[in-house]
Amino acid sequence: MGAYVLRRLGWGALVLLGVLFLLFVLFFAVTDPDDIARKALGEKVPPAVIEQWKANHGYDRPLWPWQDFENNLLFDHYRRMLTFDFGLSDADDSPITERIRDGMGPSLALTVPLLVLGLGVSIPLSLLVAFFRETYIDRMGVFLCVLAMSVSTLLYIIGAQFLIGKVLRWFPISGFDPDPLLLPRFLALPLLVGVLSGIGADVRFYRTAFIEESTRDFVRTARAKGASEARIMTRHVLRNALIPILTQVVLAIPFLFSGSLLLESFFGIPGLGGVTVDAIQANDFSTLRTMVFIYSLLFVFGQIATDLSYGLVDPRVRFE
Amino acid sequence: MSPLLEIRNLRTAFPGARSGFGPREPVHVVDDVSFSLDRGEVLALVGESGSGKSVTALSLLRLVPKPGRVTAGEVRLDGRDLMTLSVGEMRRIRGKRIAMIFQEPMTALNPVLRVGDQVVEAIQLHELVSRAEARARTRALFAEVGIPDPDERLDAYPHQLSGGLKQRVMIAMALAMRPELLIADEPTTALDVTMQAQILRLLRDLQRERRMAILLITHDLGIVNELADRIAVMYAGRLVELAPRAELFANPLHPYTRGLLAAIPALAEPGTRLHEIPGVVPSAGRWPKGCRFTPRCSERFEPCEAQDPAETTRPNGRRVYCHAVAEGRR
Amino acid sequence: MSGIEPYMVSNGATLLLLAGVGFAVRIVRRNRLWREAAASLWRRRRLALCVLAVYFVIALLDSVAWKGGVPEHAVGVLPNAPHSIVDRFFLDTTEASYSAPFAAVEFYGDRPLRHPGAHPLGTDIIGRDVLYMALKGARVALLIGGLTSLIAIPLALMFGVGAGYFGGRFDDFVFFLISTLASMPGLLLLIALIMAMGRGTVSVCVALGVTSWVGFCRLSRAETLKLRELDFVRAARVLGVSEPRIIFRHILPNLAHLIVITFVLMFSGLVLSEAVLSWLGIGVDGSWGQMIDGARDELSREPIVWWNIAAAGTALFTLILAVNTVGDSIRDVLDPRTQGDAP
Ligand SMILES: Nc1ncnc2c1ncn2[C@@H]1O[C@H](COP(=O)(O)OP(=O)(O)O)[C@@H](O)[C@H]1O
Ligand code: SF4
Ligand SMILES: [Mg+2]
Repeated sequence: MGAYVLRRLGWGALVLLGVLFLLFVLFFAVTDPDDIARKALGEKVPPAVIEQWKANHGYDRPLWPWQDFENNLLFDHYRRMLTFDFGLSDADDSPITERIRDGMGPSLALTVPLLVLGLGVSIPLSLLVAFFRETYIDRMGVFLCVLAMSVSTLLYIIGAQFLIGKVLRWFPISGFDPDPLLLPRFLALPLLVGVLSGIGADVRFYRTAFIEESTRDFVRTARAKGASEARIMTRHVLRNALIPILTQVVLAIPFLFSGSLLLESFFGIPGLGGVTVDAIQANDFSTLRTMVFIYSLLFVFGQIATDLSYGLVDPRVRFE
Repeated sequence: MSPLLEIRNLRTAFPGARSGFGPREPVHVVDDVSFSLDRGEVLALVGESGSGKSVTALSLLRLVPKPGRVTAGEVRLDGRDLMTLSVGEMRRIRGKRIAMIFQEPMTALNPVLRVGDQVVEAIQLHELVSRAEARARTRALFAEVGIPDPDERLDAYPHQLSGGLKQRVMIAMALAMRPELLIADEPTTALDVTMQAQILRLLRDLQRERRMAILLITHDLGIVNELADRIAVMYAGRLVELAPRAELFANPLHPYTRGLLAAIPALAEPGTRLHEIPGVVPSAGRWPKGCRFTPRCSERFEPCEAQDPAETTRPNGRRVYCHAVAEGRR
Repeated sequence: MSGIEPYMVSNGATLLLLAGVGFAVRIVRRNRLWREAAASLWRRRRLALCVLAVYFVIALLDSVAWKGGVPEHAVGVLPNAPHSIVDRFFLDTTEASYSAPFAAVEFYGDRPLRHPGAHPLGTDIIGRDVLYMALKGARVALLIGGLTSLIAIPLALMFGVGAGYFGGRFDDFVFFLISTLASMPGLLLLIALIMAMGRGTVSVCVALGVTSWVGFCRLSRAETLKLRELDFVRAARVLGVSEPRIIFRHILPNLAHLIVITFVLMFSGLVLSEAVLSWLGIGVDGSWGQMIDGARDELSREPIVWWNIAAAGTALFTLILAVNTVGDSIRDVLDPRTQGDAP
């Protein structure tokens, strides 16, 4: 087990080095630092200002180690990312680390309830649909899922803001207030949209997991020894179907910290997703690459956690 | 004395392939099957794979997988028709009075539950006993079916046991409530040869000790020899011949039965070539009219293709469904 | 002397595409399995297939363009620019500003409409016919889904089949590459690529292609690993059949059903991703995503301008729904693992 975890960690580290290299190619080698500076400062600034800006943001060095082994951007990029020294935003010179720290809270305030609500709605629904498999309830359910999946998230957001926020005025269209009494009012719409836009794919996925498990031979065995359908669903089918579901959930947990791009941006939640969208729209390359790195870091950890959680729920899995 | 189990004119259908736009025509993969079992009797149900043996067994427990369903017939246990019972009543019969073991011990056990707990569940479903007591009984059952180190095996997961051990666990689970009838659906097919012999011996010993009836399903006539009292032969969803074991082996009447017997190496006369039935089993729903064996039968004559075979009964309960037999050609 | 112009490329590509479709139809008709699959698909999803055909025809009509033939009274149209067949239906309809569906007067202009009642879906802020824009979006959407798949699927096959078949170092490399790409957030990688490559239809498609090939690469690698060990492939190897021949004769045909399934299921994801990109301001010009993004603020006008977003949203939704339902059935029909599972 220990050796297994070590090996997985080693592989994860390797993948992260690969991610950093790709980021370097995209953000330093392909994108010229002069362009970045000009985008931040404006087209018509004197070259001296650009040089000064590049020096402030650490772009004033050759790219590759073979140009200057002591002082180059590649090594510098690795060193800074791996020590979590993310530097300043290319757009407004604010320290990136601080923005990340500030954004995590609001992101979690949105994503944790979203995950819980999403599971709370889609697992019972999919159990229900799976229970009625091969009947018109099932067919109807699957069709509704496909219908829900075919609507662009943008439309969900715009529709909800318009209908519930503007016409019905039940909840504020957007905004955020950390006050625990006000927070639910602000979160209502993004949560509704988040659950709606994910429900189709989720219910279908869980339904498939449930149906797949309920056609297994051991279900027939359970019936043959006299177990009721309800008992079979909860004791035999659910336990087995939880394996793929749980792994999906474990993989989603790290991303709770990083928030949701669309929801946060549309609903004015000052989380990490919003930070990322701002960075995109402001051509803020340093923030953007930091966010990509953080996402990848979370993903790699999520995957290791997923593999380990397999071992907890599935006795067949051994780590070697 | 009335038989323990009596099946009358059982028919079970699956929806067939869709043709055109109409609804799917049901295909009766078990078609008008009747037989009975006495207490403590072993009846072997034989036939090539796909002939409807498993579906017959599942039908009498009302466990035919959807979208299949029993469309007609009676299954009487001690005179009570199981087809008319409520779902709850039926559940109290499954596992308690009729138990079943399956062909694939690899997949028949729940992979995420300990095997001991799965047997404990079989007990607790039917009897209000403490977990500790159910466990003690499970332990005794494990010992009875020849599982070495039963205490340790109680807490094993299925993947930690060999195929033979898993089948023994299945047998222990089936025996847990001392059923009057055990349905064993190809209990040895998935096992290797030595294991097959052991499991068959175990079944025979258990049957003698407990005096329970067994419906032994197999596609291999070779293994029924030492176990079965009577043999029922199925072909393409229909019963073709039913006879006491010795009589069937000594004097098979139906051409299909004779073909099956001739294909058994141990029974063939030394020096003769092993005989194989020419042709292939038609898939469900593509059966010919009349006698379904017609295309492969060397003795067919005019009525075979037109009419369903007539029944011939003998005083000892022997039944054959064949025009040739009915007309006394044999 | 003008050389090759975009409209010529478009005409040529349309011809190639039609030839490709004809070729595919021929293959399907010749092979019994494919023919039965197609027939069964047609039986189950007739409506969705018809909807797809309508979109396809609209996109085709919008792809064939030529110069000239502009009526003299057409206002605001460059007579010498190439116009597609769809363009030609709407040459003369630009108004000054908003008008509601079938309206007789304009909203924000004082002038009366030049073509009162002639805009079944109304016009947008600068007076463009909404129906016209919605129709034009069909070609963009099919381009996004189709062109991107043409980039992503061959890429995935090359790496996936190569890695699965040859194994060794190459396999290690591919596995590392797909692990790396898979652990980068898709949308952000997409955005980074577009920002690095510059905006535009082709770069959006390339970026979408690069970010969406990983899943299928993994699938085709696993499938190839399995196929490689099958008897007929082994036999071919033992007989000394050349490796490209084994790959093209034995491996790829056995992946064909997966290619078709992936293509259809990928398609809707791609078009939906483009909508998000449009909202971020880096989408493809003329897409429904841009229409939706542009119409967002118009819902807060008084009176509400809803027909813009309704047209784009409906067009997008209908296409995706049709693709998704067809995709589901294709999977049921072609994938042996899910066979019999469908109604
Ligand atoms: N779950 C099912 N769905 C559809 N058809 C089935 C199913 N199970 C069995 N059948 C049909 O019933 C026929 C008999 O099957 P079965 O009873 O399993 O044969 P046997 O046990 O004699 O090998 C098969 O040919 C098959 O066509
Ligand atoms: S009824 Fe006719 S075809 Fe059928 S087994 Fe008897 S002789 Fe052969
Ligand atoms: Mg069977």
